[in-house]
Amino acid sequence: MATERHRLAVDMFVLGESVFFAILIMAYVLYHQQTAEHSGTLLDVGRTGVFSAFLFGSSATMWRVEANARRGRHRRMLLWLGVTILFGATFLGGQGWEYYGLIQQNVTIRHSLFGTTFFTLTGFHGAHVAIGLLILGIMAALGLGSSREVVRTKGIPAAAVYWHFVDAVWVFIFSIVYLWGALA
Amino acid sequence: MATIPSATEGPVTDRSAAPPQGLFSWVSSTDHKKIAIMYFVAGFAFFLLGGLEALVMRTQLARPNEHLLTPEAYNQLFTMHGTTMIFLVLVPVLIGFSTYFAPLMIGAKDMIFPRLNAFSFWAFLFGGLLLYFSFLAGGGPDAGWFSYAPLSEKPYSFTRGLDYWALGLLTIGVGTVSAGINLIVTIFNLRVEGMTIRRLPLFVWMVLVNSFVIVLALPALNAALVMLLLDRLLQASFFTPATGGTPILWEHTFWIFGHPEVYIMILPAFGIISEVVPVFSRKPIFGYGFLAASTVAIGFLSFSVWVHHMFAVGLGFPVYYAFAAGSMLIAVPTGVKIFNWIATMWGGTIIFSTAMLFAVGFIVEFTMGGLSGIIFAAVPLDWQMTDSYFVVAHFHYVLFGGTALALFSGAYYWFPKITGRLLDERLGKWHFWLTIIGFNLTFFVQHFAGMAGMARRVYTYPALPWLPTLNMLSTIGSYIIGISVLLFIWNVFRTLRRGEPAGDNPWDGWSLEWATSSPPAEHNFERVPPVRGRRPLYDLAHPEAVAAGEEG
Repeated sequence: MATERHRLAVDMFVLGESVFFAILIMAYVLYHQQTAEHSGTLLDVGRTGVFSAFLFGSSATMWRVEANARRGRHRRMLLWLGVTILFGATFLGGQGWEYYGLIQQNVTIRHSLFGTTFFTLTGFHGAHVAIGLLILGIMAALGLGSSREVVRTKGIPAAAVYWHFVDAVWVFIFSIVYLWGALA
Repeated sequence: MATIPSATEGPVTDRSAAPPQGLFSWVSSTDHKKIAIMYFVAGFAFFLLGGLEALVMRTQLARPNEHLLTPEAYNQLFTMHGTTMIFLVLVPVLIGFSTYFAPLMIGAKDMIFPRLNAFSFWAFLFGGLLLYFSFLAGGGPDAGWFSYAPLSEKPYSFTRGLDYWALGLLTIGVGTVSAGINLIVTIFNLRVEGMTIRRLPLFVWMVLVNSFVIVLALPALNAALVMLLLDRLLQASFFTPATGGTPILWEHTFWIFGHPEVYIMILPAFGIISEVVPVFSRKPIFGYGFLAASTVAIGFLSFSVWVHHMFAVGLGFPVYYAFAAGSMLIAVPTGVKIFNWIATMWGGTIIFSTAMLFAVGFIVEFTMGGLSGIIFAAVPLDWQMTDSYFVVAHFHYVLFGGTALALFSGAYYWFPKITGRLLDERLGKWHFWLTIIGFNLTFFVQHFAGMAGMARRVYTYPALPWLPTLNMLSTIGSYIIGISVLLFIWNVFRTLRRGEPAGDNPWDGWSLEWATSSPPAEHNFERVPPVRGRRPLYDLAHPEAVAAGEEG
């Protein structure tokens, strides 16, 4: 039996997006030697670590959303979906806080090589999280409305692939930008 | 969607009552066949633009020390010629063929995501218009189709041209990726019963592999374009040495996309040839499994050769040896295909229709382009030839002698299916021979011009020995190509007005697109014939062969 079409389409989309992020990560790593000094002093690993935990946690809650969708427990599915959106939004809020602090110190995309690669990589990731929240919000709205069956069998399985992907990308970014930077 | 509006929500508009008319019926269409025709028309219009740009360049280069064009104008022309032919002609027209025939050949009603399909087309068209809008906004892009940094950075290219170039290609890139995704899911999920993966027509096989290459390669270009735009518009420093960046990052990123792109422009063309050659040799394709498997091999290997575009950068010998080996290796699965097509023709009852002539022309010219390509895989020879007209000759043998000839072959082969009328064969043969003569005259001599010292991308040249004669011959050849294209336009125009009706299956073809009317109805098939082998229509006509267990 073939994979459901929406799910397969998102699988393929995620395949392409992983190349996109691989290139941006490559650019960051290429300049790491020149930027390590900045990333070590300007970034707050502990604080971002806490907000990262929310994003990683949202993958676990998303897994609960999928399980409840499969079993047809609609109310529970919506509940977990709400928690996932909350966690994702918290992460994004943390990123906003971090950006605000950096810009206050005049660290911007034109400030240095560090500003260039840091804001490009984390900015595109943040945009992907924001789009993910939009998708999950649409799923929640449809799930509250009349399209319950479609949301459970088609929407959620496809949206989950994207959400887990966005989380997985952050594993790489957090390790390379924050942890590797702190070591330097 | 699956929900049905309830009666309380008011009357439901019956969409079938008043189908849109005229131009609006095209703009609003989600029918894969109409969208494909729009790809053909828009792609051909851009082909005429790109061709015109080439003719102006050839006129400038006809004689040494000519000043018909300023260097600035010449830079914009060769940039737009390359960008147009690659992004606005070859790739979209191949996607047009894929969009029209992949669903038909697997017995489907449409693409799996019809609205996404329309989105892909409109992204391509508006991306192309954005690109050409640059001429009205202060000057076209002028750093070549590869836009090497730092030449493409603000200090060296300060008009808006490159911003439009990057934005236009980004728009097109998003559309191309969505077309690739759509084709993959269509081919996996919409095959009619009996159409197993081992029975897929080879055109569909190659479209499938090609779509994976698109999904994996185009995002690399999108990432590169984003970085370039950030550099140009927000003063980031990815590729600017003055602020710590390095232009080599652009070269790597661009060619990680750029070399697979070369295969994106040839794989569906291989597919067209694999359909045309057996039908006009009246034999099943030789080595179906090898043709499909070698395509997969090319798909993988296409990501392991990009540094052969960068042999002159100075990356060191260990890197060069690895990529030289990869580049030579990829010639093997490509060579396998050439032998398969020749073996298919061997002993067949060959019918030299125009479509077949173009297919045979493809095999000959593409092989020459392949052979000059292997020369560039050898590092020392690459150093000698790089940035000379030898390179120009090489890739025109691959892209014009290869892809463009395959597109003409496909045009003559499938035109009766698309329009219900047969293109004139007499005019077609004139078109073919003029194309072959004009093409070889234009580009064969450029091999020698390159070896004699003619540099690429330069608006004029001194009267060194050989160069004036070779360039004049090349310019005459390019005019002959121009005339051949006019002949093709005349043929299409005449056929649409009073061409011979084609019937459902004028070539006695075997794949499913020939099992429906010409042109097909909006839902494609009244009834899809049973698929019990690789040649469903042959099996339908020869039930005794199926009973005997013969694999078609």
